[in-house]
Amino acid sequence: MKIRVNGSWLDLPDSGADAGSPAAGVTLAALLPQLGFGDATVATAVNGQFVPHAVRSGCLVREGDRIEILAPMQGG
Amino acid sequence: MFKLYDRQLTSRLLLGTARYPSPSIMAEAVRASGAAMVTVSLRREAGGERAGQGFWSLVRSLDVQVLPNTAGCHTVKEAVTTAHMARELFDTPWIKLEVIGEDDTLQPDVIGLVEAARVLVPEGFRVLPYCTEDLVVADRLVAAGCEVLMPWGAPIGSGRGLNNPFGLRALRAHFAQVTLIVDAGIGTPSHAAAAMELGFDGVLINSAVAQARQPALMARAFAQAVQAGHAAFLAGPIPARDMATPSTPLIGKAFQA
Repeated sequence: MKIRVNGSWLDLPDSGADAGSPAAGVTLAALLPQLGFGDATVATAVNGQFVPHAVRSGCLVREGDRIEILAPMQGG
Repeated sequence: MFKLYDRQLTSRLLLGTARYPSPSIMAEAVRASGAAMVTVSLRREAGGERAGQGFWSLVRSLDVQVLPNTAGCHTVKEAVTTAHMARELFDTPWIKLEVIGEDDTLQPDVIGLVEAARVLVPEGFRVLPYCTEDLVVADRLVAAGCEVLMPWGAPIGSGRGLNNPFGLRALRAHFAQVTLIVDAGIGTPSHAAAAMELGFDGVLINSAVAQARQPALMARAFAQAVQAGHAAFLAGPIPARDMATPSTPLIGKAFQA
């Protein structure tokens, strides 16, 4: 399954799910530790929509999803 | 004390946290400035990189309130989504709302700004919009529920100071009850003092401190300038005039007929 994380395409192993269908039950909550964000303070959005922390475990990642994972940063 | 929405702040100087030579110099400058509120942002970070986590830990250790921004957003949707993400990430409803409309000057898209404010204020956000000195836009923002406006002095990072003192003075006069903070473009403490002498409630500085040869020393200079400018405003500066008025009394002067 190909998804786009912070602007870069990522190929995740899946069970051959069709485009647009949930890929082997991968949730956003499960994806974050796989990407190295296990205990990090981050905020997430999928396809331009904010996904609150409490909703991540119910948010199934789908083929082609654009996922944003944002961390605190210096700002003016 | 200085009131922003329902918060009392101990300083009228707000400081940005970007563009410092190092995190420790940033922290030193924040302490030297006496700022009670600092701006922060949120950006993409690779898993395992953790620079953002370290930064956030450092900011929390400074015991200041944070004001997240939506810097870099060019659309209402981007700005609103970023505000939602910032609220969760920093655990605050405060947002410095930026919708950029032009890349060379980073001039705000004031139409998008008003639209975004109309979405965020009803959701409980404390919106501080980065705007221009345009009176009509300011009126729309206030009508949308913004209790604080942050007009630019000059383009972000330009250090040009107050490009349009007339416009800023008019804004101050028209919105006497609204908290006004000059944000962006201030280069030297004298610019900050000038803004405060016009009656602005505060200034937000970033590049002028962060890029100074000695950021902490410059932060202290800005703090003093903001205090001096505010005191001067309260004291009531004399109006400028074209011709001289002798300061020493002429009555009793010697050698007169």
